[in-house]
Amino acid sequence: MHQTSSLLPIIAILPFIGALVPGVMIRAGRTACASFTAVPTVLALVMLGTLAPGVIEGTVYTAKIAWIPQLGLEAAFFLDGLGLMFACMILGVGLLITLYARFYLSKADPMGQFYTYLLLFQGAMLGITLSDNILLLLIFWELTSLSSFLLIGYWKHLPEGRQGARMALTVTGAGGLAMIGGMLILGNIVGSYNLTDILAAGDQIKADVLYLPALILILLGAFTKSAQFPFHFWLPHAMAAPTPVSAYLHSATMVKAGVFLMARMWPALAGTDAWFYIVATVGLITMVLGAVIALFKDDLKALLAFSTVSHLGLLTMLLGFGTEAAAIAAVFHILNHLTFKAALFMTAGIVDHEAHTRDIKRLGGLAKLMPITAVIGTITALSMAGIPLFNGFLSKELMLYEAAKTSWWENPWLVPALATLGSVFSVAYSLRFIFHTFGGPVRDDYPHTPHDPPFGMYAAPALLSVFVIAIGVMPFLAEPIVAMAATAVTGVEQHPHFAIWHGVNAALIMSLIAIAGGVVLLLLHSPLDRAWLATPRPEAKAIFDALMGALVKATQGLTATLHNGAISRYLAVFSATVVIVGYLSFRGGGMGAPTRELLPTPILAVIGWAMLVLATILVVVFHRKRFAALVIISVIGLMVSAGFVYMSAPDLALTQISVETVTIMLLLLALHFLPKETPVESSAGRRGLDAGIAIAGGVAIAALAFAFMTRDVSTISDYHLANSYAGGGGTNVVNVILVDFRGYDTYGEIIVLGIAGLAIYALMETLLSGPAGARLRNSGYNADRSHDRHPLMMVVATRLMLPIAGVVGIFIFLRGHNEPGGGFVAGLVISIALLMQYMASGFAWTTRRQRLEYHGLIGIGVVIAGLTGMGAWLAGLPFLTSWFGYVHLPPIEEFELATAALFDLGVFLCVLGAVMLMLYSLSRLARHSGETVNREPMDYDPSKAIKTFDHDAREGV
Amino acid sequence: MEALVASAIGFLTAGGIYLILRLRVFAVVLGLSLLSYAVNVFLFSTGGLRINAAPILDKYNDAAVYTDPLPQALVLTAIVISFGMTAVLVMFALGAYLEAGNDKIDMTEVEPDAEAPTVDGIALDMSAEPTEDRA
Repeated sequence: MHQTSSLLPIIAILPFIGALVPGVMIRAGRTACASFTAVPTVLALVMLGTLAPGVIEGTVYTAKIAWIPQLGLEAAFFLDGLGLMFACMILGVGLLITLYARFYLSKADPMGQFYTYLLLFQGAMLGITLSDNILLLLIFWELTSLSSFLLIGYWKHLPEGRQGARMALTVTGAGGLAMIGGMLILGNIVGSYNLTDILAAGDQIKADVLYLPALILILLGAFTKSAQFPFHFWLPHAMAAPTPVSAYLHSATMVKAGVFLMARMWPALAGTDAWFYIVATVGLITMVLGAVIALFKDDLKALLAFSTVSHLGLLTMLLGFGTEAAAIAAVFHILNHLTFKAALFMTAGIVDHEAHTRDIKRLGGLAKLMPITAVIGTITALSMAGIPLFNGFLSKELMLYEAAKTSWWENPWLVPALATLGSVFSVAYSLRFIFHTFGGPVRDDYPHTPHDPPFGMYAAPALLSVFVIAIGVMPFLAEPIVAMAATAVTGVEQHPHFAIWHGVNAALIMSLIAIAGGVVLLLLHSPLDRAWLATPRPEAKAIFDALMGALVKATQGLTATLHNGAISRYLAVFSATVVIVGYLSFRGGGMGAPTRELLPTPILAVIGWAMLVLATILVVVFHRKRFAALVIISVIGLMVSAGFVYMSAPDLALTQISVETVTIMLLLLALHFLPKETPVESSAGRRGLDAGIAIAGGVAIAALAFAFMTRDVSTISDYHLANSYAGGGGTNVVNVILVDFRGYDTYGEIIVLGIAGLAIYALMETLLSGPAGARLRNSGYNADRSHDRHPLMMVVATRLMLPIAGVVGIFIFLRGHNEPGGGFVAGLVISIALLMQYMASGFAWTTRRQRLEYHGLIGIGVVIAGLTGMGAWLAGLPFLTSWFGYVHLPPIEEFELATAALFDLGVFLCVLGAVMLMLYSLSRLARHSGETVNREPMDYDPSKAIKTFDHDAREGV
Repeated sequence: MEALVASAIGFLTAGGIYLILRLRVFAVVLGLSLLSYAVNVFLFSTGGLRINAAPILDKYNDAAVYTDPLPQALVLTAIVISFGMTAVLVMFALGAYLEAGNDKIDMTEVEPDAEAPTVDGIALDMSAEPTEDRA
């Protein structure tokens, strides 16, 4: 039965919203901060509570919000028995941890941060349990890795904390990556990323060819998260976290996420041989290995960590069995493990907090000093051992019962024997936890005299130990919860029945063996411990560090090889790749036969072509003589302009030739400050290779251009030709396109040009005030300057030319709409006219006569163009729609007025400002290097010279 | 005619690529200029070549043939923008040369050239900057 509930997304988002609060509330005090952390948790629990009765009756609540439907990703949530059990566990333990952490953390710890991280993590975990979309689930999955990284590394000042956090993130993050692959395969098999669809398609999935790869990838994610062998090593290192974090992450949440996922995917993936042999075997190995190592750990938290590893192995093994009864046992043990393990971690934290050590060898006799803690610790540890009347016993017996029925590779003894062995060690380390910590005589060498903590600190573990006993004595209490979750896991209605006494069966005998063996092992602990310490064992952290070190070294090596800072090499690789890829696609695409007739080739064109080609070759050959190369390159610009004229592009020719002029001036200015020759640095082989790449690129582009020109292509230009005069009011179609049809483009382009000008100006400012400025002042740039005066002829000529050039510029601007010309060209022409003044009369003299700042010109230009465009809004038309009309003012002829001309004025001003600002900025370098300035209109002032002569004559010289 | 234009584009491109693969800034600037010519002519040529058919409308001749105006409009702005780009590049080159003391484009080594002006022994006094005499 499905029912929608809008509460689900709210529950899922609550912790994330709540996470914003503690960081702020910490200013109101630590208790207030903790209380506000509890609020979203309690709210979510209450909301879940309203849905719980329905879930127990078998209703599945769903909620869907479309997110990225193209990807199959939607924020879909659903709540069934399994999800409800986990959600309650996460929130319930989260609440207890909030309380515990309030007392555990010291005043020096940033508590607001802690609670923020805690809520983030809680939200991520909750999201995993509630997701109905596997892509969404993956997002939450990664979020748990990230937020647990923050939690584990909470004590940033401890190197262990940082390293542990990094290791946890690396291992679980890598597993998460594998799982993404697996989930995507799964989604492809089913054709839907919705969990409910996937769970219903179990048979289809298991029959698919890609079942095994998907299974292995998903299990990699689950195993890394749940610390299964051989990925178990990160969990003990994550114990460097504060104890509340360990208690939360490593009992109820983070490590259970892997188990949850296996349980969640159980109907879709379980029941095959592959599932059994991978999951059950890994679980079995982990269970035994974890239990054995736990016995020899002296650190209380390390002991509990390996015990957790062992219990997670147990759960994995049960799920791996693939039977419904085993699944029920797994669900029951998840619940029991949560109650006793969270309490045990908190107990260990209390001991550490009070005695200032967690080393079992330095503890003992605490029962008399901290009786309440000792009682809690004993109850929960007995449950961990699987002693009757505690809840751990019930699920452990179910496990042994299932193990006794299971044969591995036709061997009926292997699984039961190893399961019993694991249990023996489990009993041993549990009893060691009790007797070596709380038992024995009181010592006098504790680092700090222990006593029971305040109520707030032991309240949470005490509550949990009440559950331990309640379920242990009255197992039927847990039945409805387990029934509900097991039904969801197996997909079949389950009515489990738990009892303390099952009669004498294999499981009971195995339990008894375990308890007896455990006691014996504990008694023999000292000699065994010595033997264990004497045996060489692989150190997981050393292996991990070595592996990471090698990986980092390999990556750095690769990066250094591929990305060594030699941009010339990247360019070579890039050019060669473009040619090769271009050739491949060129060959692959079917190209039709040429459709255009070739134009005749007049002799004049051949001469122009020859000059261009010759100039290109000369530039390449003489590029080391920089000045010569600069002179030759201007020939190319000239020939290109001539070509434009010949091939019906007068506007381009005008623009090209004016740009050519300013470019050469710019490069000349720059060359003044750069070395005048380029040394030979690359080897002959390298030059040959470069030449090869260059020739290949040239041939390729020539072939492409030829193919293009000899074929007809469909064009949208007919529209422009037809509407230029009728709609735009101009006969120069190129200009009308620029200022009207594609005015928006032009608007963007003048802004880019303006920004380039401003950027150059700003760069120059920075440069001149830094070491470069010092270098300039220290330079001899001024020394090799010719000390000739500004040539008088040129000064006079340019001054005469200025008004003429201005008139030409204005003329070109005004005719632009109907004849070749326009704002771009006019801006360049006026720039050149002004530049001539700079060259002829000197920088300072010209600057002093300049009334308008070039920055301002750029701004005014952009504003005029923009306002013109906006003017169209007044008429209710879109941005940059133009208007034109004809005006008759006697006595002149009728003439046209168009808003496009106003826009073109903006273009003109912006181009003028940008070009002038660029060259002006570069010229400042010269001034900075100590060039002297002529303050007079001309360096050579005849009147002054005569006066001096007169004066000298009077003095009789 | 088409072959001439295509081969000219090819020569410009080849020269441009060879020069941008050199190790000094000035050669790279020259190479980029050549490439700009090549790209602009290439873009222009995509409209197809026509002689005596400038896209200036003849109001009195409806049968007149015109060349494709759109590539011309695109190339016109491209020419101006490529000037802006060259200017920014030259600025970078100058800045790098004056800051680092060499005009190499690769960053594998950063030793100043012997001929480059030195910074040594000069106090980096910002107030020592000569004032522009605009007053």
